[in-house]
Amino acid sequence: MLKVKALIRLTIGPVDLTVADGECVAITGPSGTGKSVFLRAIVDLDPNEGQISVGKISRENTPAPEWRSHVAMLPAESGWWDDNVGAHFKNPNKITPQLTDIGLANTAMEWEVARLSSGEKHRLALLRCLENDPEVLLLDEPTAALDHDTTLMVEALLRKELERGTSIVIVTHDAAQATRLADRRLHLEDGKLGEVAP
Amino acid sequence: MNSYLTLTYFDVLLATGFLILNGALSLWLNLQLERKLLIAALRMVVQLLLVGMLLKSLFSILSPWLTLLVAMAMVLFAGREIWARQDRRLRGFWGYGLGAGAMGFAGAGVTVIALTTMVGPDPWWTPRYALPMLGMILGNTMTGVSLAQDTLHGAAARERVAIEARILLGANRMEAMLPVVRRALRAGFMPIINGMAATGIVSLPGMMTGQILSGVDPNEAVKYQLLIMFLIAGATGLGVLLATFGSIWRLSDSRHRLRLDRLTKPKG
Repeated sequence: MLKVKALIRLTIGPVDLTVADGECVAITGPSGTGKSVFLRAIVDLDPNEGQISVGKISRENTPAPEWRSHVAMLPAESGWWDDNVGAHFKNPNKITPQLTDIGLANTAMEWEVARLSSGEKHRLALLRCLENDPEVLLLDEPTAALDHDTTLMVEALLRKELERGTSIVIVTHDAAQATRLADRRLHLEDGKLGEVAP
Repeated sequence: MNSYLTLTYFDVLLATGFLILNGALSLWLNLQLERKLLIAALRMVVQLLLVGMLLKSLFSILSPWLTLLVAMAMVLFAGREIWARQDRRLRGFWGYGLGAGAMGFAGAGVTVIALTTMVGPDPWWTPRYALPMLGMILGNTMTGVSLAQDTLHGAAARERVAIEARILLGANRMEAMLPVVRRALRAGFMPIINGMAATGIVSLPGMMTGQILSGVDPNEAVKYQLLIMFLIAGATGLGVLLATFGSIWRLSDSRHRLRLDRLTKPKG
């Protein structure tokens, strides 16, 4: 369970948010209202104030690298630091069987990063951030670069994560996706997070 | 080997003939370089004459405080040069302080140790030895530090997404920045590594040539040059490491975040 209390970052907040185990919350809102900033603050990628905890683990008592292995974030733009795809994974062999689930060829671990399409990058980045078995997943537009069929494949993968008890916060512009995946919908505007009636 | 031929000012004047020839050629071919040549040559004349007078009086007064004052001025000017050579700098005091501090600490430290233990003039701070040695060591350390910091700051900003991707996967700040740090260290070390490798084959170092011209046995001049090169390499390495790790410390925080907000915007 993710608990955010009185989170303040730049123009955002104070924001409270609780996401139960296996619950998916979708955040919508106009561009530039700071949805990504909000996610970055939860993983502690920017200086911010507020108390956040996952289960019994509180952020302030946890070293930052360890905190980020409990709370994973998939940014809108994925980052790569090596020429080969496989080098970005802790255990590429374990990933290979999952590749076909999200519409990638099972040779993807041997590919070069420079030749990836943005959609391929994004799906690989999602698998990469699942490698730590995080309790909380923060997703920033995870399917923006994908066609409809592939989007559904990614959503099926996310549903499997939800069944395992992972809490998911997803930022999306796609209202249909929010309805398909999310248990609750929230709206971020003027630094305040509000419930959207179903 | 001990004959030292002094030059008259007339000899120097004659040597300008070749430069004047270049100026004339520039005028004739309309290269528009003559003004720049003239200004640069005049600057050099004035600066060197002043330095010559300054050094001559420093050598005769033989005051430790004056020597220290000149040495400090050299460090401050070189620090400003490091600052000016970076496209993106650390904000605030650190922008100047870190590079100048790293260079000053490494350069002055190595010079003082060399003077007191290896070269051994009496007194150890004798300006005729201390200032030229400090100048050579500082000049090279300055180049190394500015290249390393410029590379590190530019690459950290350019590769923010890749660095943050590693941070998000649970890497600590050092792991996340390692590729960028390697590049910065390589940039800082490269001039001195190349310099050592090419010395004696491609280039004859200025100091050695100068000593030979003034009548010193070439074997003795080589010994001096080796000593200086080792000192320069040591000081450059130390300064580059200090400045690079200092910059990493400023560009990240205890929560292992990348803090690009502590960098200035790029120039231009």
